Amino acid sequence: MNQEDKAAEPVLSSGNQEELNSHLFEYCQRLGDTSLILGQRLGEWCGHGPVLEEDIALSNIALDLIGQSRIILTYAGIVEGKGRTEDDLAFHRDERQFRNLLLAEHPNVDFAYTMARQFFLSTYMFHLYDLLKASSDETIRGFATKSWKEVAYHVRHSSDWILRLGDGTEESHRRIQAAVDDLWVFTDDIFSSDETDTILMNAGVAADPKQVEQKWTSQVDDVFLKAGITKPVSSGFMRRGSRQGKHTEHLGFILSEMQFLPRAYPDAKW
Amino acid sequence: MVENTVINGTIHDIPQVWEILKKIPDPEVPAISIVELGVVRSVEEIDSGLLITITPTYSGCPALMEMESNIRDALTENGIHNLKIKTVLFPAWTTDWLTPEARRKLKDYGIAPPATSTEDHLKSLMGGKKNPVTCPFCSSSKTVLTSAFGSTACKALHYCNSCNQPFEEFKCH
Repeated sequence: MNQEDKAAEPVLSSGNQEELNSHLFEYCQRLGDTSLILGQRLGEWCGHGPVLEEDIALSNIALDLIGQSRIILTYAGIVEGKGRTEDDLAFHRDERQFRNLLLAEHPNVDFAYTMARQFFLSTYMFHLYDLLKASSDETIRGFATKSWKEVAYHVRHSSDWILRLGDGTEESHRRIQAAVDDLWVFTDDIFSSDETDTILMNAGVAADPKQVEQKWTSQVDDVFLKAGITKPVSSGFMRRGSRQGKHTEHLGFILSEMQFLPRAYPDAKW
Repeated sequence: MVENTVINGTIHDIPQVWEILKKIPDPEVPAISIVELGVVRSVEEIDSGLLITITPTYSGCPALMEMESNIRDALTENGIHNLKIKTVLFPAWTTDWLTPEARRKLKDYGIAPPATSTEDHLKSLMGGKKNPVTCPFCSSSKTVLTSAFGSTACKALHYCNSCNQPFEEFKCH
């Protein structure tokens, strides 16, 4: 990873393996929860897509995301070392313990919101995983190498829709612009960083959110320009908090649906 | 050279195990075997029997569990009971591993094979380039992408304007 500008931060000695693991556990939850919650949201479109091909596309993307979250949440459980499985983490943690980005939990609203959310998050994942392909952690490296290729198709699909909606009819343009304006307040949360990011960056495990942000911004600007979408001006107030588990009101509802069965029937097997 | 392995009192050699595995079709694209697909990474002898290492194609591919049970069934039928199947993520599976033979089989089956270099293909994809996929039926390049996502995680849907056939493409991955 890029270690420039990080000289002032202490590099963990090998004696701090336990502390490093607790940060790695945290980091894996952030990666895994974002994919899981976004996948769950997209799953809500299954059977409701505007056309059959789109229904299939959204479900396929959801499947990729849930597959990715399974890999990294399984690893999170191993890193934590308390014997928790991917299912324990997905179904038996409460709202404040989830570390998904706020944008991932935002409701689908309409197709324009769904695509704007997808475009923002897939573009983020694409550049993040591209950097994580060089992570010093072998599992994260394997996860990123695999997921990067899947996400490339998600970026392509959602970018195509941003162009079609933005450069389409008056109605489609109005809707995608409204979605972009409304969701913009959650984009800052994607790139904020804390101690976990810094420590893992120094250990070569994590990617620098600032570096991801630069690539993300340039790609978003480019697509917006082609689509005729006006980039929202940050008014100052931006929602943050996913790294501390401070979520919007929407996460509780999605969890209650997602976690209902394994909590009501703890011995259920599938 | 034949490596002999004693498993449950029966002698099997590793190449023989590979032969058995080569007969197991991919659950979703039965034209090619799981070995040709590149899912089986290695076959090794361990203390208690046999260790088979596999790797998933797509992260969310539901066929992986089926492949695992198909491997187990096929080897059990051949008298190999002491079996461990391990899933690895690294190196990540890629369609670059598909042999020319496997690509030909896909085409004969009616599925356009993936482009040969994943890295190049994904870069041109991100650059917005739309390279037409060659129709597996009439080899025309007058084709259009109808859906980037298809019946399984690994396929996309296209339409050939020369022979008026819809067809599937095994996506470059």
